[in-house]
Amino acid sequence: MFDALSYQFIQNALIAGTCTAVIAAFIGYFLIVRGLSFAGHALPNIAFAGAAGAVMLGIAPVYGLFVFTIGAGVGIALLGKKVGERDITIGVIMTFALGLGLMFLSLYSGYAERVYSILFGTILGVSQGDALNSIIWSCLVFAALLFLFRPLLFSSFDPEVADARGVPMRLIAVTFMVLLAITISISIQIVGALLLFTLLVGPAATASRIFHRPAWALLLACGLGVVYIWFSIIMAFEFQDGSWPVSFYLATISFAVYLPVRLLSPMWQGKGSRRREPASATDRNVVAYQEKESVNVVKQEAVR
Amino acid sequence: MEESSGKAVISLEEVTIKLGGRTIQENMNLTVHAGELIAILGPNGAGKSTLLKLLLGLIKASAGTVHVLGRPPRRGNSAIGYAPQHRVLEADLALRARDVVGFGLDGHHWGPGWPSKNRKSVIDMALDEVGALEFADAPVGQLSGGEQQRLLIAQALITNPRLLLLDEPLNNLDISRGQEIVSLIASVCRARNITVLLVTHDINPLLPVIDRVLYMANARCTIGTPEEVITSATLSSLYNSPVEVVQALGRLFVVGAET
Repeated sequence: MFDALSYQFIQNALIAGTCTAVIAAFIGYFLIVRGLSFAGHALPNIAFAGAAGAVMLGIAPVYGLFVFTIGAGVGIALLGKKVGERDITIGVIMTFALGLGLMFLSLYSGYAERVYSILFGTILGVSQGDALNSIIWSCLVFAALLFLFRPLLFSSFDPEVADARGVPMRLIAVTFMVLLAITISISIQIVGALLLFTLLVGPAATASRIFHRPAWALLLACGLGVVYIWFSIIMAFEFQDGSWPVSFYLATISFAVYLPVRLLSPMWQGKGSRRREPASATDRNVVAYQEKESVNVVKQEAVR
Repeated sequence: MEESSGKAVISLEEVTIKLGGRTIQENMNLTVHAGELIAILGPNGAGKSTLLKLLLGLIKASAGTVHVLGRPPRRGNSAIGYAPQHRVLEADLALRARDVVGFGLDGHHWGPGWPSKNRKSVIDMALDEVGALEFADAPVGQLSGGEQQRLLIAQALITNPRLLLLDEPLNNLDISRGQEIVSLIASVCRARNITVLLVTHDINPLLPVIDRVLYMANARCTIGTPEEVITSATLSSLYNSPVEVVQALGRLFVVGAET
């Protein structure tokens, strides 16, 4: 395995991969908190359409990718809070974008390999410039997320109170989506658009089940992300003849770790964090305090 | 800021509130004094939560003057504590009870914040005051409705506000838990001379502790002691239709047609 590390392109891939894994995990935690995990899947696919379109127009894919992602991201941020409506809109836009992307693909079959690598990620073709790029952008995103940390968490959890406290909700929502768009753009090169969700949400979802303190959950998420990406890059190198892309290994290990954690987590949740009293019958009795449709309020006495 | 007992904490003059083209309240006139505990009653859509949002500076009155603590309402007023209606939370959230209360303290500050003993003890005190210390480190998604409600109250009280706005704090609580919350609110707020506006659907648990009732219905409102407001005559005139107030088993029941 260690001979892999002697290759320049692998070093570049690992550097870029590590950077993107850290910020993907950081942002993924907030995606979960804000209920935007679906957007975490939709945006990379929309990005794919942008990249394919750019390729068709003869410009570097990263520009099309970035423009589409930012546009869609800001659009989602401005769509507002109703998760149900928002998910439908996101889903519709995402499938449209995927269709567009596939159409671009079919029109220009000469670029199929390039588009394949946008979809699935590749360890090849990460230049030193790209690696440097990743470092700079991920440092920027990381710093921005640190700066936004408290108001972002507050506005995600308790939007009404945060609004009342003067947290600039719109600004934070839009900025967050811009940061997400940047994260996606730099991650797509290695991981690909189709399974990027796995790097965004997998580590954070796993860590959130293990630690309840935001800081620890974030640290663990970043750690897991880095381990996953190293694993995936090295495996993709070792088995180049099988030519399974990075994202395949990434999705596999992410799922392989998440599943047992998810299934076993009830065992350690609720223990040690408090003295849990068993739910009593009166806990379930909400007769007297239900929201009523009319003032015709002849109440039934709760069972004493 | 000196605060004489006569100085109004909230004053509304000829205020009209419109929401989405609909007139929610017209010509509201209201004065609330320091230390008062006021229950806000009325059917859904009467504008109870909207009134709270007006006082918080989240919406603007379409007519009239509003003064909160002597000035027009503005967002980010740390002298006002607010606990909105409780929502159901995802169980997966990596957020503890004490983190939620901590938001009230510095959630609106930039940066990640560093842990400090001082901060922890302030939060612990707030948690203790609402009886939430025992589940301080539990993830919020796993707490019951009543427990989460207590956190929201602690969060609202942690900055030592002079005005506390609570939107249906007794929802999702059974009788005994509801009474605990009512006693908690009453004792803390009396001790600190905090003015409280509390939106509720059921006046009965609050009757022992409130000073006045603000009844909102039919784009109008009336304020006074429970004896003055919750009468058949007053409510009938407010609703413009027959409403009967029945006293039974020491409780008040409002019976009547809701338009």
